[in-house]
This record gives sequence, structure tokens and C-alpha cells, in this order.
Amino acid sequence: MKSLNLSLAFAAAAATMVSVPAHAASKTVDAIKARGELVCGVNTGLAGFSQADSSGNWSGLDVDFCKAVAAAVLSDASKVKYVPLNAQQRFTALQSGEVDILSRNTTGTLSRDASLGLHFVGTWFYDGQGFMVKKGKVKNAKQLNGAAVCVQSGTTTEKNLTDFARANKIKITPVVFEKVEAATGAYFSGRCQAYTTDASGLASTRSKEAKVPADHEILSDLISKEPLGPMVRRGDDEWLAINKWVLNGLIEAEEYGIKQGNVVEMKKSSDPQVGRMLGVTEDLGKHLGLDKEWLARSIAATGNYGEIFERNVGPKTPLNLPRGKNNLWNNGGLMYAPPLR
Amino acid sequence: MIEARPVPKKKSRSISWNSREGRSVIYQVVAIASIAGFLWLLVTNTLENMRRRGIQSGYDFMSQPFGFDVSETLIPYDVMSTYWTAFGIGLANTLKVAIIGIVLATLLGTLLGIGRFSTNFLVRKICYVYVEIFRNIPVYLQLLIWYIIFTETLPAFDDAWEIGNTFLSKGGFAFPWPVWKLGQSLALIGVLLGLAGSYFYARSAQRHFDKTGQRRPVLPVTLAIIIGLAVLGWLAGGAPSEWSLPEKGIFQVEGGTKFSPEFLSLLVGLVLYTASFIAEIVRSGIASVSLGQHEAAASLGLTKSMAMRLVALPQALRVIIPPLTSQYLNLTKNSSLAVAIGYPDLVSIANTSLNQTGRAIEALSIVMAVYLTLSLITALLMNWFNASSAIQER
Repeated sequence: MKSLNLSLAFAAAAATMVSVPAHAASKTVDAIKARGELVCGVNTGLAGFSQADSSGNWSGLDVDFCKAVAAAVLSDASKVKYVPLNAQQRFTALQSGEVDILSRNTTGTLSRDASLGLHFVGTWFYDGQGFMVKKGKVKNAKQLNGAAVCVQSGTTTEKNLTDFARANKIKITPVVFEKVEAATGAYFSGRCQAYTTDASGLASTRSKEAKVPADHEILSDLISKEPLGPMVRRGDDEWLAINKWVLNGLIEAEEYGIKQGNVVEMKKSSDPQVGRMLGVTEDLGKHLGLDKEWLARSIAATGNYGEIFERNVGPKTPLNLPRGKNNLWNNGGLMYAPPLR
Repeated sequence: MIEARPVPKKKSRSISWNSREGRSVIYQVVAIASIAGFLWLLVTNTLENMRRRGIQSGYDFMSQPFGFDVSETLIPYDVMSTYWTAFGIGLANTLKVAIIGIVLATLLGTLLGIGRFSTNFLVRKICYVYVEIFRNIPVYLQLLIWYIIFTETLPAFDDAWEIGNTFLSKGGFAFPWPVWKLGQSLALIGVLLGLAGSYFYARSAQRHFDKTGQRRPVLPVTLAIIIGLAVLGWLAGGAPSEWSLPEKGIFQVEGGTKFSPEFLSLLVGLVLYTASFIAEIVRSGIASVSLGQHEAAASLGLTKSMAMRLVALPQALRVIIPPLTSQYLNLTKNSSLAVAIGYPDLVSIANTSLNQTGRAIEALSIVMAVYLTLSLITALLMNWFNASSAIQER
């Protein structure tokens, strides 16, 4: 590998050089506390998941995760700096230390988990890739043989599309754009017969960008599994643990009925598990290097997982996504948190 | 022979602080050493950082199958083709738009540049307005505008405009194309041989003119050589005459060949943008030829067009070629904006590869190396052309 060193030199400057020294990465929490804010990489704009309003306030499912972590670590959910990242920038931004968490509808895969120097925290949203088409032309995805399909570059979507076409022996022409706005724009202009991305993204695009949302249909068949979730850097196990247990804690909170509105009175609950989670009977926080109120603060800031889902993407929002696979395990879904004890 | 400048006699030099030459050698050695040291620091530090963070590095992924589709390719590929092939497909697409773009931009730019000297007021002003509009709008915006124009104004595929066997719609411009067989390959070889033959013929005609002052017809003969050899090659290959005709499928045209709206908007955008700069270069080149040269040509009895072709343009070329080279380089490099409008050029393929593998440094280093190589080759060719058109002192 020595001979590669020189050729690497010319490209090397951009990404890795500007980063913090590696030994500081094991002190992510200290750095966040010293800085006074959590830096969180989010999508540049995806309705329901992460979007900024006209005064620069971010909201969405992915944004709420960052708020919950900030509440646990900094005792203040508002002390988050959001860094909008596109698909190409996201991993480099996390690797180089520009952001502390990447919470940006990113699919967990083996190669991403194992070869990028990053860790998947857990699944925050179970998704699958689908197609949006103009109503009436096709009934299912296999009828797209010969079609041009608009897609954003730098996503797992592109590869799933190819795999799907090969597996079903149909021919699909991908028209690949760097920006998601360009890809959806080309679809709505009629350049492509279909637009493909994760089904949640399709719902988001249809609700926000279609002139008449009812003219567009999201095909029911999904062609992939897309477990979306936050990522952190490798090499800081304590930081990984905090993120993992904030995620699990919010799911567990829904299971035990702890809500944004009742978190204070739930402290008096006689349920021993509730007492443990809210730091009344046991101090689970100290295992994570936090105080015992950590999860209570997170829940007070964002609500439990179910509340976060309903508020951002649920049936009462423009996205109108059914709870489906993202329901709790005891309600027929896949959301299953290991116990907090 | 007169030397341009008197060359001072060099004294014997020794590497020491006491001599000017010695010091300059030492300064240069120090400069090179510090640049090399800086690069070494960058590389080792980067590799060390990547290793510590568990980021895998290396170019081994390039020989693995890439497994994603590309909308338009000049190179055949299949599911097991490697990332190398994918980068090759992107490079071929970049070259396709760059080469066609350079030819068209040169033609359009030259016409516009000459048009600035037209005696016709309207022609002169139109050329002026064109240059001012197209050179002052960022090329990125122009590409987006053309793409929107193509995809918004053209009819959807179902209502494609149909003339004969050509189709024009949002899906692109499809037209008949000969089925490629041995005959076409031999015809192409015939064209190349014809080009070489015409070069030698033109040279001998020039020599004949220098010696005797008599002109031999050049254009008709060279055309005859090229076309003749092309037809000969085609006949030798069995005179294949099969055409692939485009036909309407459910979603797209099948058969024939097709220019996608992505390719067309990229080509149109780059050509119109670059042509405005070339027009200015041509204008300034012609303007640099002094009026006396035109008068001298006229006094020799040359017609206006002969004076332009034989007297003004050869002198203007010396001024034109160096800045023209940078325009060719710019056009090639600007084609990397293709990713904004969905054309699968080298950068687009690299983006996809980068995200499939996470090897940012490796993918970008390949892109940088390719553009560097393309630029150096263009510069080399143009420098050679520049040298051959420079004033030959006798």
C-alpha cells in the first residue's frame, strides 16, 4: 500500500486534514459540554424528517432525535446546532468531526457500519424503497419496464433500483441528479415516468411539491428494506452508548406510557420499570456518564417515540404515514427496545 | 541569425552563499524540499487519521462489480463490470460532450467573432448582444435553464412530436442510426486514412504553390479523397445498409439512437456559453492585425475574403490560439456540472461510486487525475498547434 501514498496526497487535503486530532474523538461528550451545544448533521430539507421554517427553526423526526440527546446531555433541547448535509457530504462530515451525530434518514448497511469508521446507533424509522408515478399508467413496479426513473445520486436507492431491475429482468433507465430538488423537479416536469426513493421520502415529496398531490400515486410494492437511523463516529463507546439508549429509552417510554405531558406525575408511578427509567428508584444515568434525570428530560423535550412519530409524519400530518412497521412490537410493529435496567 | 537578447557569459559557479548562482540553487532546493515535506505531511497525517478512525482506504474496490445502471453509455457493460468500467463509461460520456462541444463552440464562436466586423449594422449588434448576454450569466444557471426549457416545453413521451422516423419529446431526440457492422468500421478507417492523405496532398500543393505560384484545387480534392476512401471501406465491408429505426415503446423509444435531454441541455449550454468567449477571442485576434495589412493585401489585388483567409487570419491565429486553449480546457472542466442536470458524466459516476463505497479520497483523486490528464493533453495539442502557426523566422 506504500505506493498509493503519493497518489492519495493530492486528494487528501480536503476531508481529513481539517479534522480534530483522533484522540479527542473519545471525548465527544466533553467537547459538547465545553462547546455548550450539540452539533447535529441533518437532511437539507425533507418534510416530516428535517426541515427548517422561515425563521430557521428545525423540526422533524430526525431533528427530534438530536433534541432528545441534547436534553439528556446538556439539559437543554434547544442547544443544538443543525448542519444541513446532502448525501455526499454526510459521512465525511461525521468522520471529520464536523458533526457529533448524523441524524439524516441514512440506511444502515453492513459496509457503511463496518468500513466508514462509523457506527449505526439503531433503527429510528423502518422504511422501504418505493415508486411514485402519475396515476393510472401502471399498477405495480414491475410494469415500469422501459421507463425512465428519476433518482438522487449518492444513495442506496440507486443500487436498489438496479438490483430490482436485474432481479425482475426488466430494463429501467435511471436519470441521476445530484440534488433531490432536481430529481423531483424532473419527475414532476414529466421527464421521468417514475420517481424513486424511500417510501417516507415519496410521501414527503408528494405532500410538499406536487401541485395536485392526488394526481400522483405511491405504488404499494416496496423493493428494499431501509432501516433508517442516526450514526456516530467509531472510537467513542461512551458516546455510542448514550445515543443508543436515548433511542431505546424513547421507544421504551411509549411502551410504558410515559409521555411529554405526564412525565412529572409518572415519577410517582408504582411500576418499578417506570421508576428505573425516570431515575426515581435507580440511577441508570451514571452508567452512561449522565445524571439520573437524563431520560426524563429527553421525554419532556420531545415526547416518547410514538408522540414524535405522530407529530412529524403520522396520519394527522400532511405526510399521512401509517404507523405500520414503526409500531411497537406489542402492537404488530418492529420497534422493540431492549429493557432499560 | 540575430539573437533576441545578448546572453551574458556565465561565470564558473560554485554552490556557496558568496555567488548569486549558488544562492539561487540553494533557494530552489529549499523550496522543493519544503513542498515535498508538506505533501508528505499531508499524506501521512491523512492516512494515520483514517487508520485510527477505522476508515478503510485503498483502490481495491475499483476492481469489484459496481452494480448500478447508467442511463447512457458508449461502452458495453453488464452486472459484473467493475468500478473501473463505470469510471470508463463516465469518462467516455465526458469526452463525448467535450469533443462535440469544442467543435461546435469553435464554429459558432468564430462566426460570431467575425460577425462583430460585419458592415451590416444588425449582424454586428446581434453578435455583440449575444456575447454580452451569454458570457455574463453563470454557466451553471444556463445549464439549469436549458434543462428546464427542454423538459418543460417538449411534449410528454405519449404525445411525442414525430417527423418521419424521428421522435422529439421529454424523453429526448431519437433518430434512425445504421446498424454497426464491418462496413461502417471500414468506412471510419477510410475517413481517417483520407484525412491523413489530404494532409499530405495539401502540403504538396502548398510546396507547389511556393515553387511556381500556381494554385492547385485543395478543398474539392481533399473532400474527394476522404469521401472516396470512406465509400471504398463501406463497399469492402459488404456495403451494409441496415438501419435501426426508432419505434415507440410504452415509456420510451426503442431502437435507433437517441440524444437525451440531459445530453442536449449540457451540450447546448456549454456551446452557447463557451462560444461567447471564443467570439471575443476571435474578435480581438482579428482586431490585432493592423489595418496596414488589409491595405497591403488589397494593393496586391487580393479579394476581401482572400485577404481575410490568407493575410489576416494567419496573423490573428497567433493571438487567438493561447486563450482559445484555455476556453477548450474550461469547456471540458465545466462539463463536470453535468451532475446538476442528470447527465452521467465522470463526476456523476464518481459521486455514485463514492457513496456506494464511502471511499471519498480515492474517488475524488481519480476524478482529479482524469481532469488533470485531459487538461494536459489539450494544452499539449494546442501548444503544438501554436508552435506550428507561430512566426517562422528565416
